[in-house]
Amino acid sequence: MQFFIDNFPLLREAFLTTLSLSLLAGLVAIVLGTLLAALRVSPVLPLRGLATFYVETFRNTPLTVVFFFIIFGLPQIDFSVGFFTGSVLAVGMYTAAFVCEAVRSGINAVSAGQAEASRALGLTFGQSLREVVLPQAFRTVVPPLGNVWIAMVKNTSIAAGFAVTELTASLQRLSNANGGEILLVLLAVVAGYMLITLPSAYGISRVERRVAILR
Amino acid sequence: MRITRYAAAFAAFGVVLAGCSSEAGNQAGTAAENTSAVATDVQFDAGTTMAELNAAGAITIGTKFDQPGFGLLNPTTKAPEGFDVEMGKLIAAKLGIPADGITWTETVSANREAFIQNGQVDIVVATYTINDKRKEVVDFAGPYYEAGQDIMVAKGNPEKIEGPDDLAGKNVCSVEGSTPAENIRTKYPQAQLTLFDVYSKCADALTNGQVDAVTTDNVILTGLVAGNPEGFQLVGNPFTKEPYGIGLAKGDDAFRAFINDTLQESFDDGSWADAWDATAGAISGTEAPKPPTIDRY
Repeated sequence: MQFFIDNFPLLREAFLTTLSLSLLAGLVAIVLGTLLAALRVSPVLPLRGLATFYVETFRNTPLTVVFFFIIFGLPQIDFSVGFFTGSVLAVGMYTAAFVCEAVRSGINAVSAGQAEASRALGLTFGQSLREVVLPQAFRTVVPPLGNVWIAMVKNTSIAAGFAVTELTASLQRLSNANGGEILLVLLAVVAGYMLITLPSAYGISRVERRVAILR
Repeated sequence: MRITRYAAAFAAFGVVLAGCSSEAGNQAGTAAENTSAVATDVQFDAGTTMAELNAAGAITIGTKFDQPGFGLLNPTTKAPEGFDVEMGKLIAAKLGIPADGITWTETVSANREAFIQNGQVDIVVATYTINDKRKEVVDFAGPYYEAGQDIMVAKGNPEKIEGPDDLAGKNVCSVEGSTPAENIRTKYPQAQLTLFDVYSKCADALTNGQVDAVTTDNVILTGLVAGNPEGFQLVGNPFTKEPYGIGLAKGDDAFRAFINDTLQESFDDGSWADAWDATAGAISGTEAPKPPTIDRY
């Protein structure tokens, strides 16, 4: 118990960093991912190609490499972002590729008749996507998006290696300073992640039941 | 035809890679020759760790595999080389264990206490700073070397950093969880700490101008400067004392006294200085310092 009291300020700081990193990266991922999904189903070939290129590039690159590119690569061409901002961008842009694919699967699950009917009513492509297709698509992809979110929360741990003092970085600091209490350190850090992921999982299942489409 | 061309390109790439990593290894390679003679007719009191190890003819030593000059894995021989490794060999030799009876285990900063406590290694020689917190769970023989925290800056020292007091308001890079980082945090709180997981990233950040300085033990910085002498320079003003000790199981006082005696002997007969010249000294170009005073607590 003394261990937790002594190190509470650091653990709280680290937890809040992981939380804000997750939320901000999640925001980047959901906005960018939805946009990419819209591009991937758009009737304009170059836009489809661009989105496909983005998804395949980021989905098939290890996250650590994305981090290296943003944190150490971009400054070489005089485009330097802070370490925290860089980490948000790295995790967010990487996760956007997975969000895009989840949302696209949802769009494909909406029967073609819906889109055809809205086009027949005179809605533009953008309108039919926004007003008719995407609202239904999001309802079906709550579980996969939940998966993506939880995976992303854990992926933020890569930022520990790039000068962001989040939970995993605090694990490194505390374990080295308290060599005899490694188990307590691990316990504290795991609890920190679970404090984010377990309520998320509960919330996701609640939302899932609420918005499920009965077919 | 095509396949051979690819194979050739691949092989060339491999050669380049090997070339990168072996520079420090080559310098340290000469160290292997002057290992002190293995003691053959040694007697130890029954029941002591020394007697057990001597009877087994084998010892497991934890060291770093990524520390140029101290413990760096040679990719060709698959064995670590460096000053720490030489210290380990010295002790093994005094126990009557030949070099091929030593099992080298990689220990990193975070797992050294655990490896000793769980008996996964017999001793740890891994740039292991002696401090009171660690003494609560393990015991230390030595120190066998006294490092000091220093600062590395970009060539030409554009920020005019001459010592730790000049770090106020500057971006300083170190490794998360390390003693040097803790020193800056507690003693020079006005410095802005940037903490990575390895020092090579600090070097990258310094090259990019994302940080103004890198701080850690001078031995580590020397290795980084040696890797890029055009880009970096050492301030050369050590401001802490980091006594490196040999970690062993807590409470094994007889073994600790034995290692202390062995170290003292190597200080006196010059084998300690020889080990320095062949390893860390060869990389940093510095002469062997005065051996530290052993702390027989």
